[in-house]
Amino acid sequence: MEALEGKVIELAYALDTFYFLVMGAFVMWMAAGFTMLESGLVRAKNTAEILTKNISLYSISVIMYMIVGYNLMYPGGGTGVIPELSFFLGADNTAEAVIASGGDVYYSSISDHFFQVVFVATACSIISGAVAERMKLWPFLLFCVVMTSVIYPVQGYWKWGGGFLDEAGFSDFAGSGVVHLCGAVAALAGVLVLGARKGKYTDGKVNAMPGANLPLATLGTFILWLGWFGFNGGSELIISNVAEANAVSMVFVNTNLAAAGGVMGALLLSKLMFGKSDLTMALNGAIGGLVSITAEPLAPTPGLALIIGAIGGLIVVMSIVMLDKMRIDDPVGAISAHGTCGIWGLLAVTLTGGSLGAQIYGASMIILWTFITSVIVWYIIKMFFGLRVTEEEEQDGVDISECGLEAYPEFSKATGIKPSVYPEQ
Amino acid sequence: MKLVIAIIKPFKLDEVREALSGIGVTGITATEVKGFGRQKGHTELYRGAEYVVDFLPKIKLEIAVNDNLVDQTIETILSSASTSKIGDGKIFVLDIQEAIRVRTGEKGPEAL
Repeated sequence: MEALEGKVIELAYALDTFYFLVMGAFVMWMAAGFTMLESGLVRAKNTAEILTKNISLYSISVIMYMIVGYNLMYPGGGTGVIPELSFFLGADNTAEAVIASGGDVYYSSISDHFFQVVFVATACSIISGAVAERMKLWPFLLFCVVMTSVIYPVQGYWKWGGGFLDEAGFSDFAGSGVVHLCGAVAALAGVLVLGARKGKYTDGKVNAMPGANLPLATLGTFILWLGWFGFNGGSELIISNVAEANAVSMVFVNTNLAAAGGVMGALLLSKLMFGKSDLTMALNGAIGGLVSITAEPLAPTPGLALIIGAIGGLIVVMSIVMLDKMRIDDPVGAISAHGTCGIWGLLAVTLTGGSLGAQIYGASMIILWTFITSVIVWYIIKMFFGLRVTEEEEQDGVDISECGLEAYPEFSKATGIKPSVYPEQ
Repeated sequence: MKLVIAIIKPFKLDEVREALSGIGVTGITATEVKGFGRQKGHTELYRGAEYVVDFLPKIKLEIAVNDNLVDQTIETILSSASTSKIGDGKIFVLDIQEAIRVRTGEKGPEAL
């Protein structure tokens, strides 16, 4: 009988680990989503560079998080504010330890690393879109090294690693704050240090710079939507009993509905505000809705999840227009979709419980830490290497100046040609 | 002989062609063109920011007709190409010095 019980525990362990890994692979695929969304919303002359950025930042995230980031975020010890420093991954659980725990140890710790590493990559992807079309490649990648090894893990430790924000009752299920707000604030800091694209704001006017490939942007959004089932669904961490299987199902349904609400909210508002149904706003609305539900995708009823997402969709449109008024140039709307909606997601937790004070406290701490450290790192990089390409390189496109190739060499010569639909630069 | 040049809205092409065939016009040359008139293009919104579309797509028709058909041709274009909204286009009428049919070498009105 005892042997059978052990087998059941092992089986549940295997099932939860399997589920964890598959969900992690879903989140990994979000890197493809960000890549396609961003490459669709930038101009053709900057496509190859943004693709290079995305696959490199993903790789840097994977490497740095293995070396130090994961250990910093989930240390054996620490003060609650400052985590204990250690390097490289530890050993996984033994069968004896798992059985002896009676089921309390229910997934492979290496699978946990894999699941967590794809989250840090998401936070980094958010930055790349916001600073697109004018930042040099390697200074950006250097920032990613610091982001994935220190900035993200430390605030992650504060919440998910059992630090002081967790103690304070701050609630963030899958990372509206820890992942999305953190990435967006680092992006905002980068944009402020970097400045707007040339010709974006002239004589008090906001000039449009239409994205090159809306089918790709739409595909990217659908990929992110798919990946989000892993992002939120996997964050339940366990599926091997009826209650948990039901919980994961609820998370899937709520995540899906919030995204749908976000799309419709953004699309309707863009129709009302601009007279036309702006596809790119609907795409941002999907992301905004998803980010909004990420802090608490389990507790709301499906109807409430839909409303939380729809409000996220409204917020993202207003936030994009407002940032443009403030001359904060974010070509893909990342700061709005992940930052503004991230804050809304953290506050929306209080609709089903939690404490408003703790949510505000948590959001403020994440913003403060990420903004201050990011500004310092961006400035140091700017001082030593420079952040921005030259005006001429920006005009010709960073594909040529940074990568020496074009995304569509046989389609048209992107360099130097200014289609008539673009504003005077 | 006159050359009637008409700049019209692209979606009106079929209607104009049919109407002109109906009054005995024997040939039309159509070209896809871009241009602007008094409105100087128009503005669109992308993510809440305005951008100017300087040149709008139009169709340019070139129609060579005998003098006795000129007025009717113009009236037909006016009635078939008009939407009574801005951007309906323009009509220009030019003299034709000579017309020659390539296959037979015929000249003058016979060549049309």
